[in-house]
Amino acid sequence: MASRRAQPRTVGTYARRLLVIGYLFLLVIWPVALVVQKTFEGGLDNLQTALSDPVVTDALQLTVVVALWAVAINTVFGVGISLLLVRYEFRGRGILSALIDLPLSVSPVVVGLALLLAYGGTNGTFGPALEDIGLQVAFATPGIIMATAFVSLPLVIREVVPVLHEIGTEQEQAATSLGAGPWQTFWRITLPSIKWALVYGVVLSLARALGEFGAVKIISGNVAQQTQTATLVVEQKYQDFEQGSAYATSFLLALIAVAALVVVTILRPKDDSDGD
Amino acid sequence: MTVDTPLAPGAARRRRARGTTSLTRSSGLGLGIALTWFSLLVLIPLSLIVIQSIDGGWETFRQTLTNPQTAAALRLTVTQALIVTAINVVMGTLIAWVLVRDRFPGKRVLEVVIDIPFALPTIVAGLVLLSLYGPDSPLGVNVANTERSVFLALLFVTLPFVVRTVQPVLMELDRDVEEAAASLGASRFTTVRRIILPSLVPAITAGAALSFARGISEYGSLVLLSGNLPNKTEVASVRILTYIENGNEAAAASVATILLLVALAAIILLQVISKWVARRG
Amino acid sequence: MGIEIRGVNKNFGDFVALQDIDLSIPSGQLTALLGPSGGGKSTLLRIIAGLESSDSGTIEIEGLDATGLPAQKRNVGFVFQHYAAFKHMTVEKNVAFGLEIRKKPKDEVKRRVAELLKLVHLEQFSHRLPSQLSGGQRQRMALARALAIEPSVLLLDEPFGALDAKVRKELREWLRRLHDEVHVTTVFVTHDQEEALEVSDNLVVINDGRIEQVGSPDDLYDRPASEFVLSFLGPVTRLGDHLIRPHDIDITRYEHAATTSGTITRWTRVGFEIRLEVTPDDTLHPDPVQVIVTRTEATALQLNEGDTVWLRPRAGAETVVS
Repeated sequence: MASRRAQPRTVGTYARRLLVIGYLFLLVIWPVALVVQKTFEGGLDNLQTALSDPVVTDALQLTVVVALWAVAINTVFGVGISLLLVRYEFRGRGILSALIDLPLSVSPVVVGLALLLAYGGTNGTFGPALEDIGLQVAFATPGIIMATAFVSLPLVIREVVPVLHEIGTEQEQAATSLGAGPWQTFWRITLPSIKWALVYGVVLSLARALGEFGAVKIISGNVAQQTQTATLVVEQKYQDFEQGSAYATSFLLALIAVAALVVVTILRPKDDSDGD
Repeated sequence: MTVDTPLAPGAARRRRARGTTSLTRSSGLGLGIALTWFSLLVLIPLSLIVIQSIDGGWETFRQTLTNPQTAAALRLTVTQALIVTAINVVMGTLIAWVLVRDRFPGKRVLEVVIDIPFALPTIVAGLVLLSLYGPDSPLGVNVANTERSVFLALLFVTLPFVVRTVQPVLMELDRDVEEAAASLGASRFTTVRRIILPSLVPAITAGAALSFARGISEYGSLVLLSGNLPNKTEVASVRILTYIENGNEAAAASVATILLLVALAAIILLQVISKWVARRG
Repeated sequence: MGIEIRGVNKNFGDFVALQDIDLSIPSGQLTALLGPSGGGKSTLLRIIAGLESSDSGTIEIEGLDATGLPAQKRNVGFVFQHYAAFKHMTVEKNVAFGLEIRKKPKDEVKRRVAELLKLVHLEQFSHRLPSQLSGGQRQRMALARALAIEPSVLLLDEPFGALDAKVRKELREWLRRLHDEVHVTTVFVTHDQEEALEVSDNLVVINDGRIEQVGSPDDLYDRPASEFVLSFLGPVTRLGDHLIRPHDIDITRYEHAATTSGTITRWTRVGFEIRLEVTPDDTLHPDPVQVIVTRTEATALQLNEGDTVWLRPRAGAETVVS
């Protein structure tokens, strides 16, 4: 584990520092700052216009609803699967663990296509059957939820699994020896121990869910005020030359994502790096 | 990520199959439910893509991929993703190094900055890059609708990957080993080259795999920035979308299968690296 | 009563951890399971606790057949080598855990926790988190936590293994005194023979999944049943065709009946002991013999390196022919 021994400051140190800061400044910091600037060009007008536009507000609402559903599903599924992967032995465990990572590397467009092929109302595999019993998945909210859940699926698991490994089973064994049943052990011992990893995973999932674009574009049908999410609205407004609204909506989405990141970074117990 | 803790060598020592039990009835049921959901959401839909592309027969597959516009899109996608990955390998490692080994006020801010491309909606990323590198650029740099824009967008969205895989490994590195090398006469450069970098190679490779996979998949940030000009700035994912909009699901599936195969290859590579590191201890 | 273990076997894949273990652990006493690492003692302890299940055999705890029971229901107190403290709970909450699970009324829980914290001298730490305690304090908390549920037996798995030498010694004595006060049937696992000899009423030596010997510490030290027990419980050296303890060797400057001659080839002082290495003249057994004498003895005999001396077992010393 890295100790707290300081490294001697050389020219190289400063050069590296400068290079890194410069790179991040030009690639991330300045561009983001400019978006904020453009949003507030002319004061609060852009925000006001955007927020009084029902197309935008409906989209924001849909985005939030979908994100919450997707994150909830992924949290329950994520904790369950993490426990199964770490605490149990079963055939195919390694394969499952590898497949869990798949959504991270799959293109969102591929995701949208895949869901369309499976749940499309006209010629999907399950779509027509589901629609016969009244459940429309493609071009409706359930489809959007599924697409969003798909792309953010691994995020909770990736945060929780290492922590479950780290804390080991001793505390759980101690609880059992003291008389606690499986549920009691989970609620009182396991869950509190993975609290921060879980929170971090949920925040990352939330950010990802709010921001999904490509998959949702394909599966939703992109119908304004019905199946249009906030990210789709940004695209539409920009292409309709209503750039002020596009920037305003972008700003709102970015704000939530970055705010969540900042909050978690502040609250998270510091890890053992050589710096602060 | 695998079941076993990832690429930090110290962490691998801790990994053992101790503390695991075989499935009980309730956990078996839980696994069944989880697998069912996973299949309905991920496995079956993705398999349908492969099935769909085979279904049209080998001819459709071949024709789609040799279509000049599609071929150009694939070429552009792969080339730019490779270039970006190469840069990420260098810059990502450097950034991780500075984050772990250096101290200065505001370093924690940089930690958040690294995560921004990951957390930001891709469409917003496009807008973000447009503001500094588009028509209204305060720098006077306008890459909109050029090939450069693809490069830039990919560079942005893949920023975190190498950094985040290398960082934990760097943190776990035993400083004693470096000091031993120094006491034996190794220069700083030699120590970095022969002691530190080799232990980072698995993490860098993993990050590179993720970066490449993400690069070829990217869509949202390119929509507004690149203009999607056929044969010039059109990427594979845009081609897929166009095929879908034209109702040509077989062709869409063909291109999607290529992307899917690369994604799978990246995952397998990650698994292999993980196992190799774990064995080495 | 106590703990009755019959015919217990345990395999981990191909590895035989325990073989045909039959053991009676007396009620109310402090029993040590002693042996080298990997010998099976921790496995046996965990099987008694129900944290591990045996492949065959039965376990009876204070008259109750525990063989099929899960750990949850066995009412055993278990103390882990690395404390297994509930990291997110205060000391108070840790100790209270077992009582809260059993839905005891709040004031009873409070009273009992205070009582136990007093017993282990942690009263002023009740609101601290385990991370704010030293290793020794954490282990005392773990003990209090285990005792809170009024277990029928107390099981400790190398409880002082993670602590440094001085704290280990302190806690060892403290455990003995605690047992004298509380009198619960206690079993603890250790690989440190000094610890086992010092603390236990009853000693079980386990090696390679089998029981080597059972008895009081004196029994095992003075009358070892096998070469293994002899060499494990204390230092051992070879004199002729006997194995004997280095401090049981009588060293003189003159030839007597039944003595072996040799030359002192090393002379080291460690505290009040003088450790000598004597290379014997006996060609059949040429390995150096370790002899330990007190400083006073060495001065009286004026022993120096290079001197010729004669060795024989002291009167009454136990040896094992090997």
